[in-house]
Amino acid sequence: MKLHFDVEGGEFITAGIASSKVKKTLKQLGISPNIIRKVSISMYEAEINMVIHANGGIIDVEITPENIDIQLVDDGPGIENLDLAMQVGYSTASKEAREMGFGAGMGLPNMKRHSDDMTITTEVGKGTKVHLAFKIHE
Amino acid sequence: MFIREIKDILEADILACEELQDIQVTYGYGCDLMSDVLAFVRNDVILLTGLVHPQVIRTAEMLDIKAIAIIRGKKPSEELITMAKKRNIVLLTTRHSLFTASGLLYKNGLEGEEIAHDEATF
Repeated sequence: MKLHFDVEGGEFITAGIASSKVKKTLKQLGISPNIIRKVSISMYEAEINMVIHANGGIIDVEITPENIDIQLVDDGPGIENLDLAMQVGYSTASKEAREMGFGAGMGLPNMKRHSDDMTITTEVGKGTKVHLAFKIHE
Repeated sequence: MFIREIKDILEADILACEELQDIQVTYGYGCDLMSDVLAFVRNDVILLTGLVHPQVIRTAEMLDIKAIAIIRGKKPSEELITMAKKRNIVLLTTRHSLFTASGLLYKNGLEGEEIAHDEATF
């Protein structure tokens, strides 16, 4: 099963709709609650990042009997220093994002912790691609 | 602890899903930082927060949080209340501060969420 979402940039009210839809789909497919939770947290963090930092983008989700693969692609500013961005507490989020309770520098480490595999390719001025992979059977 | 007990202890009003007062939560977590909620909350908690932004409901949805208590007497918008109803999340509002509300619940037997990991070891 393949799902595709267009995520609007800077639209803080609607951020998370794609993650919400994926969560509902996984529930309907009878995926275990623990896996759903890991996918939901990781994808929501990534979607929020896309809205906060990258002016939106696209998300493609592929669900097979074995795996859940999520690809998030944006043409935002890119991540200048990925090692620094992966550190807990480091953030370049806007004041608006912080007022909503985000931008604490927890997102990327949290995504890494909850996914079975996370790959980020990023280029300053061009954009960022995040791949999150989850095994359906623990 | 039953939601109806929490309602009484916090002298709270229920704004969404009043019919779910008989569900129980085991832990409480007080926080205005949704990033921290996403990183640290594991168990069936009631979230105490002063934020009244739709992302509070979305964060709760992602974590299967059953109840949110809005503190400091803040008034959530109709949009927020509708979002909570659609997701079967009980939404309460209390005039107490985060410190007082947390203290009242703790004193009455609600446990604090254990921080499950050391964030330095991510």
